[in-house]
Parts: sequence; structure tokens; C-alpha cells
Amino acid sequence: MEPILKVENLVKRYAKRNFVGTPQDFLALDSVSFTVSAGTTLAIVGESGSGKSTLASCIACLETPTAGNLWFEGRNLAECTESDLRKIRPQIQLIFPDPASALSPRWTILDIVLEPLVLQGKLARKQRTTRAFSLLERVGLAADMAERPALELSGGQRQRLAIARALTLDPKILILDEALSALDCSVQAQIANLLLELQNTLGMTFLFITHDLAMAAHLADEIAVMSHGRIVEHGPSAEVLRNPRQDPTRQLLAAVPRLPRAHLPATQQ
Amino acid sequence: MPGEILGVLGESGSGKSTLAASVLRLLPPNGHIGGGAALFEGRNLLQANSEELRQIRGGRIALIFQEPSLALHPTMRVGEQVRRVLAAHNSSAKNEWSERTREVFTQLFPQDADRIQHSYPHQLSGGQRQRALIAQAIACSPSIVIADEPTAALDPVTQLEILNVFRSLREKLGLAMIFITHNPALLSGFADRILVLYAGQVVEWGPAESVLRSPRHPYTKALFESLPAISAENAKNRKNKLPVIAGNSSPSSVPRHACSFEPRCTVRMDICREYEPALVKLGETHIVSCFKYRE
Repeated sequence: MEPILKVENLVKRYAKRNFVGTPQDFLALDSVSFTVSAGTTLAIVGESGSGKSTLASCIACLETPTAGNLWFEGRNLAECTESDLRKIRPQIQLIFPDPASALSPRWTILDIVLEPLVLQGKLARKQRTTRAFSLLERVGLAADMAERPALELSGGQRQRLAIARALTLDPKILILDEALSALDCSVQAQIANLLLELQNTLGMTFLFITHDLAMAAHLADEIAVMSHGRIVEHGPSAEVLRNPRQDPTRQLLAAVPRLPRAHLPATQQ
Repeated sequence: MPGEILGVLGESGSGKSTLAASVLRLLPPNGHIGGGAALFEGRNLLQANSEELRQIRGGRIALIFQEPSLALHPTMRVGEQVRRVLAAHNSSAKNEWSERTREVFTQLFPQDADRIQHSYPHQLSGGQRQRALIAQAIACSPSIVIADEPTAALDPVTQLEILNVFRSLREKLGLAMIFITHNPALLSGFADRILVLYAGQVVEWGPAESVLRSPRHPYTKALFESLPAISAENAKNRKNKLPVIAGNSSPSSVPRHACSFEPRCTVRMDICREYEPALVKLGETHIVSCFKYRE
């Protein structure tokens, strides 16, 4: 399958100065390369500070990489003009870790979903509202909540709203940056199911960035493990879990808290 | 119990943090403790006067908050922050504060206690900040530490590291802990007993092994099933839907005079809507509040 996204030797360097002004560069991404096929999920796992979120910002065109190439549907983003990029950006949407701070608390739910449509200006007012309501329904938010401020939503509902907003522009790639981490376990399962359903019906590509290896294994086709700005291991989920080859992967696997699973047969009676 | 780790499990809004705050009488002004008692070393904390409470809080019972970056003063060296705790509690003579601070830091950072002590919070990683908070909590040698989601913001490797810190503190100092979390998997192999809260009520309480291996309450069961299992054999279930608990958690503010989990329960019975279930004893120590287990 033609890869929808191809990342080639991506480097992101942040200039840092210490207090006397000596420049000290920080290498957030160190020649990262991978490809993602359309309609699949790639999980990017790694400890804090390993460069996962920097990678997300680079792919979403929020940061300009220092070196390397990003190909989206066969087009090199570095060679695109600003007006090309304006067409590409809506197709790659990013969902942030903390839905509470990613959404304006005083805006109504409807306004939050409408805003991207208004900015794009492609639909007439009436169509926009219809589209917004259908999106809310799709992510499981009741239509009668549309006039309420986002402030009144629970954590899980806010994340649903963030997903609805990201979907407004029919993105091809959805980058989920720790999108489940701030939620309760039971709510995580609900949102995970919603994501699977969206992928099945819309054929979207997900980049699932997380440090929760269990959820990554559940949702993703492939897992890439990052450590200190590099991808140290990348392969099909089952393969990475069965025989992890690199130390960072082993450490992550060993640190995953596990439940004794003896209760399962008892509940399936 | 002295030296015991009690895991408190529940989702947002189930009353976990309120429980911690009411034990220490740290509720906001609109919070009123309706009744009951919290006994600490034989004394009822709810009747203690403010001077006694001041000595107990931080001194005998320490609290560790969720977000280490918010709980530490951003422009004060972490060592100084621990010294201030000692100063506030007059737990030792002035000239011993620095000594005690060094001692506590050596316990938590065996390698580079001195460097960390003189660092500002922004110079530390998430795990180091959490350790600094633990240093602050144990400075006055408390007998209980209440930790409210202490590992929620950390990656799994650091999370494990912090759990090990707690474990070794318990062994060395005989520290009892109340460990509040929403992740049942964290409590496995860590907690001695587990208390499950739902909508402000205890729904299950028992030895960790027994609660985790054979949960009895329908809520606890459903919660455990909603976690994806991590194992290679599980690969065939991959991308299947996870079992979820239907509906949303009902607000605990309205007394229902019925089982609070009933609207979401899959094994509900008529009686669940009419009466509030009492706590039923299953065996010696395992307690559950559900009509399924009535004699």
C-alpha cells in the first residue's frame, strides 16, 4: 500500500543557551524515519522527553524540522508553498493530551465544532450547523448539549468534543498525543472504542502517541519505540511485544503495571 | 494499620480526593463532613482542634499531591522547601534542620543528594520532582502518607521507580500509606488492601490479592475488564472493542436510596432500585456492597 505519510531522517534541534549565553543545542529528534500506510495505526511509545510530542508537532506542520523530509501522500512538505500547506494542514489533525486546556471553556460545544468550518468558509451557515450536529452525534455527544459551555463537560466528553472538532475538516491523519492518558480507565476504554469505530468507518490513519504500552498494543498495527530522539525499534505490535530487541523497549514492557488476569474466566460464566 | 499500604480505587468524581481531604480536614469551606469519624492513633481527627490538626498535618500524616510541578515552589531550591517543612513543625532544633534535610535526600537520591538538594524544581525531571515531594512528606517522620495519584503524570518507567521508592520507605521506616489511584493495575503487587469507591460510597473493600483476582462487585469487575491486557496472546483480540461500562458515573451529590451503580449495572435486580445495599461480609476481610451477595 502507498504510504500516506513518510518521514525521512527528520531532525529537530532546539537552540538552548545556558545562563552565560553559550549556545548548547538540544537534539529533540535525531534522524527519525518511518512510514505509515493509509488506514492503519502507528503507536509511538517512549518515556517522557524522548521526542514523541516534538515529532507530532513536526508532522502536524506546527514546527519546522531542522533537517529531513516529510512526505504526505507523496508530496514533500518542505517543497510546498504556504498556500499548498494551507490545504494540507487541515488533513493532519492533532489531538492534545489535556482536553480541559485544549478547548475554550466558555465557548459552547456547538461553537467549538463550528469554528474550523467557519474558518474554512466552504460551507453555508445552514450546512455548517447540520455538519456540526452530525459530528457531535458521531462521537456520542447528545444534541441537546450543544448550547452548553465546554466547561460543563466531563473529561471523557471533552475528549469526544476534541475528536469531533478534529474531524470537522475530514482529516486523513489524526495524531493523538497522549489523548487517553488524562482519562479514567473506564473512560479510556470508551474513547478507545470510539477511535476504533472511526477508523473502521472513515478509514483514517492514526498516529497514537502514548506511554501506555498496553493501550498502544491494543489499538495499533505497528509500534515504534522512541528513546532520546531516535526510533530504536519499530515493528508489528505483536512482534515488538513478543520479542523486544532493544533495552528501552524491554524497560517499558517491564514497567507496565499488570493486573492478575485470573478474574476473567469467572466473569464469563 | 501501621506499615500497611491501602489502595483507594475509583474514577474521577468518585470521592477519592475528597476522602483524603476530609481525613485531614482540608475540605474547601463549602465542604461539610456530615458524620462519621476518622481515627488516627486512637484520636478522632474530626474533633481535633486547629492546633492539634496543625501538628498532625504534615507532621504525623503527610499528603503528596498529584502534580509535582504544581506542588513545589518554582523559585525555591528543593532542599530549602524541605527545611521549611521542618521549621514549620519545630520537629527538631534549628541546627538539625540541614542535617535532617540531607538525611532525607540521601534516602531518596542515594547518588546525588547534594546536587538535587540545591536544584530548583525546573531543573529536575518529573520523577525527581516527585521524589523531592516525597522527601518533603517524610521529613517529619510521619506515620501515614496519603498519596493522591502520585504517579499519574509519569511515564511507566518512572512510575515503577516511584512505586519502588514507596515500597522501600515502607520497609525502612514502617510507613503506612493511603495510595489513591484510578488505575487498578498499579495496585497489583503493591497494595495490601484495596478500597473501591463508586459515587462516594465504598462498594468493595478487601485484601488486594482477593480484590484483584476475584473482584465481586459488578463495578469492580467491569472496571478491570475495560483495561486492555498486554500480552502477545492478546494479539488476536487486538482492535476488538473493549468492554466498557455503559453510561456515565452518576453524581454522588443526590442521595438515591438505591444502589448508586444500578443504572449502569449489567446484573441488576429489582431490589437494587428500591434499597441501598448494605455492606456484606464475604469471608473474613472481603467486604462488598451488593445485593447479589446477601445471605
